[in-house]
Amino acid sequence: MAVTSAADRVLDYDEAVAKFDPVMGLEVHVELHTATKMFCGCPTTFGAEPNSQVCPVCLGLPGALPVVNEKAVESAVRIGLALNCEIAEWCRFARKNYFYPDMPKNFQTSQYDEPIAFNGYLDVEVEDGSGGTEIFRVEIERAHMEEDTGKSLHVGGSTGRIHGAEYSLVDYNRAGIPLIEIVTKPIVGAGERAPEVAKAYVSALRDLLRALDVSDVKMEQGSMRCDANVSLRVRAGDDPRGDAQLAVPFGTRTETKNVNSLRSVERAVRYEMSRQAAILDEGGTILQETRHWHEDTGMTTSGRVKSDADDYRYFPEPDLVPVAPTRETVDELRGTLPEPPGLRRKRLQSEWGFSDLEMRDVVNARAVELIEETVAAGAGAAAAKKWWLGEPSRRANAEGQDLVSYAAGLGFAPAHVAELDRLVTSGRLNDSMARQVLDGVLAGEGTPTEVADARGLELVQDDSALEAAVDRVIDANPDIAEKIRGGKVQAAGALIGQVMKEMKGQADAGKVRALILARLS
Amino acid sequence: MNTDLTRASAAELADALASKSISSVEVTQAHLDRIAAVDGQVHAYLHVDAEGALATARAIDERRAAGESLPTLAGVPIAVKDVMTTKGLPTTCGSRMLEGWIPPYDATVVRHIKAAGMPILGKTNMDEFAMGSSTEHSAYGPSRNPWDLERIPGGSGGGSSAVIASFQAPLATGTDTGGSIRQPAAVTGTVGTKPTYGGVSRYGLVALASSLDQAGPCARTVLDTALLHEVMGGHDPLDSTSIDAPVPPVVEAARRADVAGMRIGVVKELGGEGYQPGVRARFDEAVALLVERGAEVVEVSCPNFDYALAAYYLILPSEASSNLAKFDAMRYGMRVLPEGIDAPTAEQVMAATRDAGFGDEVKRRIILGTYALSSGYYDAYYGSAQKVRTLIAQDFARAYEKVDVLVSPTAPTTAFKLGDKLDDPMAMYLNDIATIPANLAGVPGMSVPSGVADEDGLPTGIQILAPATKDERLYSVGAALEQALLERWGAPILSRAPELGADLVKGA
Ligand SMILES: [Zn+2]
Repeated sequence: MAVTSAADRVLDYDEAVAKFDPVMGLEVHVELHTATKMFCGCPTTFGAEPNSQVCPVCLGLPGALPVVNEKAVESAVRIGLALNCEIAEWCRFARKNYFYPDMPKNFQTSQYDEPIAFNGYLDVEVEDGSGGTEIFRVEIERAHMEEDTGKSLHVGGSTGRIHGAEYSLVDYNRAGIPLIEIVTKPIVGAGERAPEVAKAYVSALRDLLRALDVSDVKMEQGSMRCDANVSLRVRAGDDPRGDAQLAVPFGTRTETKNVNSLRSVERAVRYEMSRQAAILDEGGTILQETRHWHEDTGMTTSGRVKSDADDYRYFPEPDLVPVAPTRETVDELRGTLPEPPGLRRKRLQSEWGFSDLEMRDVVNARAVELIEETVAAGAGAAAAKKWWLGEPSRRANAEGQDLVSYAAGLGFAPAHVAELDRLVTSGRLNDSMARQVLDGVLAGEGTPTEVADARGLELVQDDSALEAAVDRVIDANPDIAEKIRGGKVQAAGALIGQVMKEMKGQADAGKVRALILARLS
Repeated sequence: MNTDLTRASAAELADALASKSISSVEVTQAHLDRIAAVDGQVHAYLHVDAEGALATARAIDERRAAGESLPTLAGVPIAVKDVMTTKGLPTTCGSRMLEGWIPPYDATVVRHIKAAGMPILGKTNMDEFAMGSSTEHSAYGPSRNPWDLERIPGGSGGGSSAVIASFQAPLATGTDTGGSIRQPAAVTGTVGTKPTYGGVSRYGLVALASSLDQAGPCARTVLDTALLHEVMGGHDPLDSTSIDAPVPPVVEAARRADVAGMRIGVVKELGGEGYQPGVRARFDEAVALLVERGAEVVEVSCPNFDYALAAYYLILPSEASSNLAKFDAMRYGMRVLPEGIDAPTAEQVMAATRDAGFGDEVKRRIILGTYALSSGYYDAYYGSAQKVRTLIAQDFARAYEKVDVLVSPTAPTTAFKLGDKLDDPMAMYLNDIATIPANLAGVPGMSVPSGVADEDGLPTGIQILAPATKDERLYSVGAALEQALLERWGAPILSRAPELGADLVKGA
């Protein structure tokens, strides 16, 4: 029975990592966005009316049989290749047998000891502790294909889980959606940076899968889900990657289920380390169990105790024939792989001339693709960054959306930013006018040119009005004019401000300065 | 042709229908009348669909009258084993678990039957989820052997064999996981074929053991069996294990009935100890007849067949334990609430339903299979059984280097009495000893009547086995033997079966 009442004792994180060394294993489930399900022709659209995307096969009706979705196998191979894995020449599906109402057949068609991809790695970037970054290699044990289960909604009761619920509703739309489960080898040597490594790994994996265009990778919608296995062992020596530390056997692990945001991955690992450290510090033992992560409290609570009774009685799926991708097919698929996100980022950074810090801001704002497209549409990289990371980014944050979906929702496109930039570089708009135009575009008033036209925003090109204004301001400020004449050029700033005011901002400050200095030389 | 339409063969009916000398409605009605007259005694049907069958018959008659060219068996009625899903018709698999369930879709085989224009008379009885050799494990009571109503009609497809043998349908479908088509054919004096694994789609067959199950035809003559085989078979993209090739030329082979020059191997391991004298005598005579017809006969040894039964009773329960897990009261079929529990959990409802819904034999095999797949036992049981399976396939391969087909008695005994083996599962299992190797290796097999045993006057069968995808060889040999026996007997074997009717009711 779940214990959810009292909060567990936790050890201060610094103390925890001073005494113990963490070992992690991360299991990530990714829903592929193939048009149809893993073993039948039903559509996979998210958010459809419950039980509207089902058929005899994915409902597990008596007599129905599965047929493998070739597209899903292709995606699995591409994911394997992108994770630097070996691809099986021959592998089978297996049945994982257990009873649960959201599993139509009471077995999940999965892969057991013959995964489609195995023995790979993913290099992720983490901070090196002195302001820079370094590469941490996460080794991949396997990536295998399986089908998703249905989704249960437990009504009544306080936990939202099946225990204590009055009744449960099951939606089988999700049943049979292709999943790839990616399992790391034990991640050792991360030491106190373990939570950061976990987050960086899931983040890098998400970028990779997005670049492969195989999944929506929306953690909040469950199309990417992470289970974090964490255990602690006693610290030995100062170096978490030292021989002394590596020689210490692993401790008992817990598996924290369904950690559904990047931030939560980091928090959940950190919490679990502190919780386990407190137990071990008191001489206690860790229970091998699954735990549930609670986003609101930032804690994990005990789930099901794992025991020898957990026997899934795997055996090869007799309703399916083995999957045997030819080496030619694998090579062909290798040719379709995109540039690895890490390398691509490095290339763009150097093309754009951004500092590490600038590039990190861009990545964190999810603006890499937007800037790339804006530059392709003719804007300078610095300007593209300035505009995207400014107002649009601020507003997206305020709305709790990511920049890409926020901009897409408004119909605000890289072409708009490039156009805005052109209006500035061509001298039609100054910076403050451009900001007003941007406001208009974001308000849906039209393209930058349309907004500038409608609002009558244009730098004055006829110098007579400007010259008259300069003369008026000089006449009105004889003291300052005198100082400038005497060589105090910096005093011109006060006059420039007044001229700009007279011109209602529609003048180029550089030009004003030049005119003032010319009059007073 | 016989004036009693129920005595005619499917081929004769097809010819008469094609020449419009009879209508499908007449043929169908004749069979419905026969069902009404005798099925009270035989109990071969679980469900009769008179209305649906007549509607199909009328539609076919109209299409024929309109000059449409129709498939060979159009208008010839058929009975369907209750393990195949039929859209809108109950499909129980002989189990309480599925009582009242109406499938929303047709099995591919049923789709083929409908496309062939064949009226479906009803669904035939079977051992629960096809587990058994007698139909005594049907939750709806056993079917009876038309030769002797106190005896079993074989199983699991005893309903189909009894329907055929009692002239309640000219054709029926069966499924054969370890002999469920062939053994019932043997003990009722009818013909039945288990095609090559993958030759007939399994889509819509409620699975017993996926790697062993194969649907096939049941009939009274070898030609009729071939005609139905042709309708049922063929590639199905909905079944991943379906063979992507045309149906072997079975009808042509049945019509030619030619064994001249064929090499026939008698399997040494199938036919010695444990085989009833009458079964062996008829088998030896049948082999001699094939020699007379020009076949060459040699003895062949398949030493690993001795382990077939043991391997089979690990693989079948293992797969069945997983296949039958879906019957959990959550989505369809029976739902039983546990007694004495106010607000039962889903698990408790599953357990109570499975306890009430499954019969003893099903539970026995689920428990066996669950155990065999358990971690720590998997290698010793399931793993070893798969190795035996490979060895048996190798025995077949070696044998087929020397011969074109193999033969053996189909079943070691004639039909036993109802209740005789019900309490002795091992004795029941041994009934399938000769038929199981074909399922383990995926090769095709057929049972053809070889006569009646002197000691009890009950039918005996001979089994013919061919290499995978060479199903036509079964029909060459089967038809040649059938012809030779018919010449010797002067009348079909079923003419020797007692007439069913009121006078056969016990005590009348
Ligand atoms: Zn489906």
